[in-house]
Order: sequence, then structure tokens, then C-alpha cells
Amino acid sequence: MIEIVSATRCIECDICVKVCPTNVFDATEGGVPVIARQDDCQTCFLCEIYCPTDALYVAEFAEGPTGISEAEVEERHLFGGYARALGWKRGKAGGSEFDPTHRIRVAQ
Amino acid sequence: MPKFQRSSSDSLHLQADVLVLGGGPSAAWAAVAAAESGAKVVLADKGYLGTSGATAPSNTGTWCVPPGDNRHAVVERRWQRTGELADPRWMLRCVDTAYRNLLKLSEWGYPFPSEDDGRLYIANLRGPDYMRFMRRRVLMAGVTVLDHHPALELLSDGDAIVGAAGAARQAGHDWRVDARAVVLATGGCAFRERILGGTGLTGDGYLMAAEAGASLSGMEFTGKYTLAPYGSSLNKGLPFRWASFHREDGSPILGPTGEPLRNGIGVREEEVARALIEGPVYARLDQAEPTLQGWLRQGQPNCFVPYDRAGIDPFTELFRITLRAEGTVRGTGGIDIVSDDCATGVPGLYVAGDAASREIMTGAVSGGGAVNSSWALASGWWAGKGASVHAKRRGGKAFRSTVRPLGQAGLRPAASPRDDIGASEVIDAVRNEVTPLDGNFFRSGVGLEKSRERLESVWREVRDHLRGEGPDRVRAREAASIAAAGRWSVAAALRRTESRGMHRRTDLPGKSPALAHRLVITGVDQFRIAGAPERLAELAS
Ligand SMILES: Cc1cc2nc3c(=O)[nH]c(=O)nc-3n(C[C@H](O)[C@H](O)[C@H](O)COP(=O)(O)OP(=O)(O)OC[C@H]3O[C@@H](n4cnc5c(N)ncnc54)[C@H](O)[C@@H]3O)c2cc1C
Ligand code: SF4
Ligand code: SF4
Repeated sequence: MIEIVSATRCIECDICVKVCPTNVFDATEGGVPVIARQDDCQTCFLCEIYCPTDALYVAEFAEGPTGISEAEVEERHLFGGYARALGWKRGKAGGSEFDPTHRIRVAQ
Repeated sequence: MPKFQRSSSDSLHLQADVLVLGGGPSAAWAAVAAAESGAKVVLADKGYLGTSGATAPSNTGTWCVPPGDNRHAVVERRWQRTGELADPRWMLRCVDTAYRNLLKLSEWGYPFPSEDDGRLYIANLRGPDYMRFMRRRVLMAGVTVLDHHPALELLSDGDAIVGAAGAARQAGHDWRVDARAVVLATGGCAFRERILGGTGLTGDGYLMAAEAGASLSGMEFTGKYTLAPYGSSLNKGLPFRWASFHREDGSPILGPTGEPLRNGIGVREEEVARALIEGPVYARLDQAEPTLQGWLRQGQPNCFVPYDRAGIDPFTELFRITLRAEGTVRGTGGIDIVSDDCATGVPGLYVAGDAASREIMTGAVSGGGAVNSSWALASGWWAGKGASVHAKRRGGKAFRSTVRPLGQAGLRPAASPRDDIGASEVIDAVRNEVTPLDGNFFRSGVGLEKSRERLESVWREVRDHLRGEGPDRVRAREAASIAAAGRWSVAAALRRTESRGMHRRTDLPGKSPALAHRLVITGVDQFRIAGAPERLAELAS
């Protein structure tokens, strides 16, 4: 579930407000977006990869917040982890041409 | 571009030839196909075209069958696995159209990976990339895209469907699109299970279509569940193809031959389900050798997000697992299609993707993992074309008569609205009947009958009293849709007095030859279930 909007990383572009498919965020006047409807989060991690500054953190537990702190996410280098694994950078798509899923299907 | 007007109440009012409802792959393909035929197209999605739906957060394998005579054999082999309910003619036309559209994607420059011989591998579509790419194509085709515009109901002029109305949930006003034809591409019903893409998939299209007079089929096939790390949203079974499974005390879960289970997907989900009913189950992906581990990590990166964030090495450590209910998303039920252009039988109303029944494609077994994404590619295309042909035929007739909104449950309750009946309580009550493994994965006549009674009483409250104000209108309508879908599903499961595919009746094991046909449901409050032969007689009369 979405847990962190890092005020130190966020540049207030409001892209997450627009792209979150479940309308979890609200934009704020002159500030970082707020998590307004956390329980609607479907833990899809897509806001993370669209964020140009890796300012969002979605924890793995889908049933409720875990309470993880921004300091821990920073220390464990978890910000932007899913984007890096896909090959997306600064909110831009990339990496699908290196997807080896066809090899998995053969092994299957 | 469609006409753009804002009325005094600041609601949005547009006119179009074709209105597409939804924002997943089938909606995107329908919009592109209709625009290519020269139609003015508006696409209204509950979420954001590019991230919403079941495909965007996933990595979907397609059923990719190249042209050639071999197709017939491939289709025949697959048909053998569908519990005799699929239709080989539809399967064949689906693989042909899906293949053509996959080639289109590559012509358009979608970044497919390459095989060792340098040829593009077009049989797999990485969700976030694919849907972001499709958004661009839809916009390039001149389609007006309305993100965060959930539809609440269809509009009828008495002869045909002539548009839809809904709420612009971020802008805070209403919207209405008058259209000569509507494509429902609103996806399946996940009963609010916390799976990838699940929040928005509440079966709204089923209720809207049924209110308009369309039928549904395959609603009993909601017994598909997929493995996921416990508490996570990652309902992707693939890594569990190479896993071992253990109980709390460390004892291995055994397969049907008495050997420890080494593959937990497909029919083997049954052993895991049985163990999960008894107590917690743990897994380890220890059957994957190092090269495969690398491919899994790189090819299915979201599967590893939960482990990485929880600090677990799934290849060497045991972790707790669950089976996630998937409703009609990986089930097969949905709106019944009556002709090759994906018409619903209600003039002006077309259907595509998971909103449609996929029984003709995949029968009693799940189409997740290949068939469903090809179906979205093909049915979206046909529905978009079908809707634009209908729009041309209707011409100016469409916007002449008085228009009536069709929404009932959750919007216009039959009796007085009551504050003590809320959307989340309704959803929880339905979930209690349609998601537990011991009631829905394994079913019995007695259990289903109890569920039916409880769902009837939930439905009566919804029908008579549920209504939301402002932003809660969408939630109330979602709850009504979930209640309707749950009720249809249980009623059809009771009617199917046998076991077939993902419909497992512990009291009636084995298939009954007399039931080797589809069950078609018509009606909302008072509905009837007809077997396919009865229905044919009805259509002919
Ligand atoms: C985790 C996962 C993995 C999968 N993997 C595979 C695979 O490998 N191979 C395969 O073949 N299939 C797979 N599937 C199935 C596949 O993703 C679906 O079949 C496919 O997404 C269906 O496309 P669709 O456009 O019909 O519906 P969806 O992609 O689900 O989109 C439905 C859309 O309707 C919108 N909507 C809903 N209600 C309304 C409303 N009231 N008004 C407006 N819009 C609305 C939603 O916002 C959403 O945009 C998988 C599914 C899941 C969940
Ligand atoms: S997308 Fe990232 S940078 Fe932009 S507002 Fe959201 S959190 Fe901030
Ligand atoms: S994880 Fe998905 S649903 Fe949750 S906030 Fe991010 S984009 Fe929205």
C-alpha cells in the first residue's frame, strides 16, 4: 500500500495525482500531494515508476499500512527500486526490449 | 473532435459517434478501431488510461498463434482443455485478429524483446509499457480521453443505447456523453480482492448491461484463485511453477501421487487450496536453478518487489503464501456476445475484453496467462468496428428522441435511501460468500444455497435503500455491481449441478454430459437462467 510521499524528493509535479488509477492522492495548494484515500490503493506500484524523482514508496503489504519510515526506505535504497528493475528512469518508460520472459515460458 | 459544451451546472456534456467505457487494453483497441473507421470517439475511464485495469500492473503473455494451417491443431488442443464449453470458431478468429494486432504493435514501434536469432518476440506484453504505449496510440488516433470519469449508467432512447453518464471524480462534476453506440470495456469483477488492478474492477459493466437488457454467461466460473505472497497484491502464479510448499510444522505438501508438490500452478492449486483451508502455508522458490532465477527476476520484476521490500530471499527462505480470489477477472463470466461484431443483443451496445463472457474462448477454465490478453486485443478491435458501423447506420436518428437513464441499484433505490446501508458493508457481506476457499474454491449445494439466501437479503437492501451522495455515488454503484455479480455467480453455481473446470462441487464431482452447455442469465432483480439450447429456442421465437 502507498505509504510515503517524500517531501525532500518530490518536485510537486502532481503526475502521481493524475496517473494513480484508483485516485488515491489529492493535489495540494503549493505543496506535495497527500495520500487522501489510502485504503483504495491496489498496491500496483505504478505511481512509483511514473514519479520523475522516485519520491513515492509503496510497501509490499496490501491490506493496510505497515508504518515504515522514510528514513528506513532511504537507508535500504528502496526508493525507485521497482523502476530500476523494469528499466524505467525519471518517470520515462524503458527496458521492455530486454524482457527475458520468453525464456521463462520455454523453461515452463 | 467531439463537440464540447459545459452546461450551467458545470457538468461536462459531449457528443460522439462511439463512446468507449474503460481504460484497459480492450478499451484502447476498441477506441483505435472505431477512430480508424472514421468515428468520433470518446473514451471514459474510471481510472487513468495507461495504468488502470488488470493488464497495466502485470506482464501478460498472449495466445500468439502465427498464420498457417497449424492454427487449427493449436486451437483444437486448447479446446480440449476448456471443458467442452468453448467455441473453436471464435478461438480461431480470435488468434487471427490478435496476431494481426500484435504485428501492428510492432509496426507502430512497440519495443518488443528479441529472440536469440534476432527475431522480435511479440507474444508477451509488459503491462506498464504496453498500456502507456496504447495511451499514446489512442491519443494519436484523435480520441478524446476522459481519465477519472467513471460511468454510472447507460442512456437509452427506447430503441437503442445512446450514451452514458457518470461522475468526473477529480473535477467534482457530472458528465454525460451522447453517443450513437457504446462499447463496454469495463473489465471483470474482482470483488474488491486486493489484487493487481483490483480496486476499479467491480463489475460495473455487467450491471449496466443487464439493466439495458443484455444477458450474461459463465458467471458460475469464478473459482479461479492465484498464489501470492501472504498479504501482497501479487497474484501472479508463474514463479510458483518452481516452488516447494510446506505447512507450519515444516511438513511438505504432497501432490496427487504422494510426492512433494514441486509446481503449485494450474490444477495443482487444488492441493495448495486444501492445505490453506487447514492452516498457514509457506513456499520457497527452490526448484528454480540460478539461470532461471535471473530470468524470473528480470522478466517478472514486480513478483519480487514484495520479497525485496520485506527482506526475504524467496529462492532460499520460506515465506507465507495465500491464494487470492480473482472473481471473473481470471474467471470466465461476463456479458454474453450474440454476434461476430461483439454486439450484446441490445441495439447500440457492444462489449469487449473481460467485460464480455470469455466462455466462448476458454470455457470452464481460466483464460489468464494467454487467452484473455489475446481476447482483449481481438474483441476490442471487433467491438470498436461493430460500434462504428452501428453509429453510421443510426446517423442523425440517435439524438432525436428523449433519453432515459437506466441506472437503478445504488443510484435510484426502489424505496427510500437509508444511511445505515453503506457500500463497504455491502461489499464485505458479498465477499464473505464469494471469496473464502472453503465456500467458493470448493463448493457444495448446501453451502451455495446458504450463500444464495444471504446474498438475496443483501441484494434486497441494496436494491431498496443503497445510495451515495457526491463522490460516494461511485462507491455505492460499485457496491451494487459487486452485489449483483455475486448473486448471479452463486445462482449459476447452484444451477450447474456438476463439476467442470474451475467450478468444483464437492457434492457433485465429475462432469455431467447433460450440462455440457453454457448457462445464460437475463435480468437484474428478477433474473432467469437458461441453458444454451433453451436460449436458442428463445432467440428463434
Ligand atoms: C495479475 C494479472 C496477471 C494477468 N496475466 C495475464 C497473462 O499473462 N495473460 C493473459 O492473457 N491475461 C492475463 N491477465 C488477464 C488480463 O490482464 C485481462 O484479461 C485484461 O486486462 C482484460 O482487459 P480489459 O481491457 O478487458 O480489462 P482491464 O484491463 O481490467 O480494464 C478494465 C478497465 O475498465 C475501467 N472501468 C471499470 N469500471 C468502469 C466504469 N464504471 N466506468 C469507466 N471505466 C470503468 C477500469 O478503470 C479499467 O481501465 C492477468 C490479470 C491479472 C490480474
Ligand atoms: S509524481 Fe513524484 S514528484 Fe510528482 S508530485 Fe508525485 S511524488 Fe511528487
Ligand atoms: S500503488 Fe497503484 S493504486 Fe496505490 S497509490 Fe500507487 S498508483 Fe495508486
